[in-house]
Amino acid sequence: MFWPAFREMRRIGNPWLEMERLHREMDRLFSGASLPFAQNFPALNLWTSENDAIVTAELPGIDADGLEISVLDDTLALSGSRTPEELKEGESYHRQERGHGRFTRTITLPFKVNADKVEAVYERGILRITLPRAEEDKPKKIKVKSE
Amino acid sequence: MAVTSKEIQEYPGTSQAVETEATRNRKIYLPRVDIFETSDAIVLIADMPGVDENSVTITLERNVLTLTGSPAIEHLKGYEIALAEYDVGDYQRSFSLSDEIDGEKIDAVVKNGVLRLTLPKAEPAKARKINVKAA
Repeated sequence: MFWPAFREMRRIGNPWLEMERLHREMDRLFSGASLPFAQNFPALNLWTSENDAIVTAELPGIDADGLEISVLDDTLALSGSRTPEELKEGESYHRQERGHGRFTRTITLPFKVNADKVEAVYERGILRITLPRAEEDKPKKIKVKSE
Repeated sequence: MAVTSKEIQEYPGTSQAVETEATRNRKIYLPRVDIFETSDAIVLIADMPGVDENSVTITLERNVLTLTGSPAIEHLKGYEIALAEYDVGDYQRSFSLSDEIDGEKIDAVVKNGVLRLTLPKAEPAKARKINVKAA
């Protein structure tokens, strides 16, 4: 085929992803010493199949109980916070690069979701949300009869 | 950012490119770190999402402290990626320590993808209070 397989391209490296990463990095550099989370934090990856979607986010060092996940139709909202380390008197930072504060992120999914069956797992600093596609939203297969 | 002490400095040469190459062709990211100093130790906190106690390595060689993490890359079978805002790769970052760190007593803990290293200061380096006498 003339077009290179997109999957192959992904493996080589997505240039947009790289741009996005650079953008974040620049934001970080110019945002000063103490860093509240950027608007687009956390970065999300979205995987889809016929029956469900999986959203993953890198959220190291978050209290899982403080994470709020809500789903309405095809919208997923995610919020939480990370508290900075509290220093005692006489202690001082040499470097402070890690972000902290509250974050909220909302994304639109490619289909409606069955909100009752959404599952979320937080492990090793990675949040993974499994969102099953709503029954009524699933495509109906139409059989073609031959006469 | 005010650097109040020179006890920990980033090892030159590692912030741009890694000097030695890994055999695996994976991207290498610099983990973000917080470093602060207490009266008897230096504490280093690094964000390394996806890493657990088995996939993080810490080496100290001639005063160069190197953190390496290799999170497992997930391949979700039967799924297509629809939105990709972040990529997964290895983490690597090196710092040069002063002689005042007691390399034998470094303590490392990983929890929720955050590595916390406590680097105790060697005995003579601990702060001593000096009394000033009035003449």
